[in-house]
Amino acid sequence: MSEFKIGQREAENVSILELKGYLDAHTAPKLEEAFQGLLKSQRYRIVVNCRDLSYISSAGLGVFMAFIEDVRNNKGDIKLTNMSPKVYNVFDLLGFPLLYEIFKEEKEAVTRFFDRTK
Amino acid sequence: MKTSSIKVESRTERLIAVRDFVSEAARTFGFGDEDISKIALAVDEACTNIIKHAYRSDPTKTIQVNVSAENGTFVVAIRDEGARFNPMQVQPPDMKEYLSHFRRGGLGVYLMKSLMDKVEYSIVPGNANEVRLMKNLPR
Repeated sequence: MSEFKIGQREAENVSILELKGYLDAHTAPKLEEAFQGLLKSQRYRIVVNCRDLSYISSAGLGVFMAFIEDVRNNKGDIKLTNMSPKVYNVFDLLGFPLLYEIFKEEKEAVTRFFDRTK
Repeated sequence: MKTSSIKVESRTERLIAVRDFVSEAARTFGFGDEDISKIALAVDEACTNIIKHAYRSDPTKTIQVNVSAENGTFVVAIRDEGARFNPMQVQPPDMKEYLSHFRRGGLGVYLMKSLMDKVEYSIVPGNANEVRLMKNLPR
């Protein structure tokens, strides 16, 4: 049984990562690999859908911190969506909503990329 | 006084077992879902620090987690025999500064202190480190 999975798809030239399960120090390297893959193929518009994310620890939060600068330097962004209250509370406790745009629905986050380019 | 404990190898794949153990224990002591999540996360952060820093990812080492209740307080005592690491000496990060410089890591201790009512560190007999994470029992 795998405790953490990542699904990846494209929507309107935006890369969507779908996180499922438990994101901790053990599984964080998987998310790191996914971001590295996106950056390697120069995909900087990234939406992370957290609908099925059950848990996050600081090791998981650290991954977002590790890539945001690179992504923004390339005129992209990492936007987060569909968080459960439990996961949102951890982001909130550390003040992450000041640094990341967090949306209720994935569609809003995708649309936001196009608002900016207009 | 009810107590129970779990001993795990110092490997990140064991974090899930520790979280499950502590969550179950917290539930038997009457905590609700929100507090259980906080306690499990704080314990995860403490164990992750031990695995990465005190034991420097040496999987042959072990971590002992003991839960009990003392004077109206739920106590999770986490013991290791690795390098000394006193989380009480870690200065609280200036979060605004932290976020504006995109720093990484070092958030675990801050989370532990934010999620629990009290955190203590001591060196116990056997030359082990002990971090005690405490939360007032629900009334």
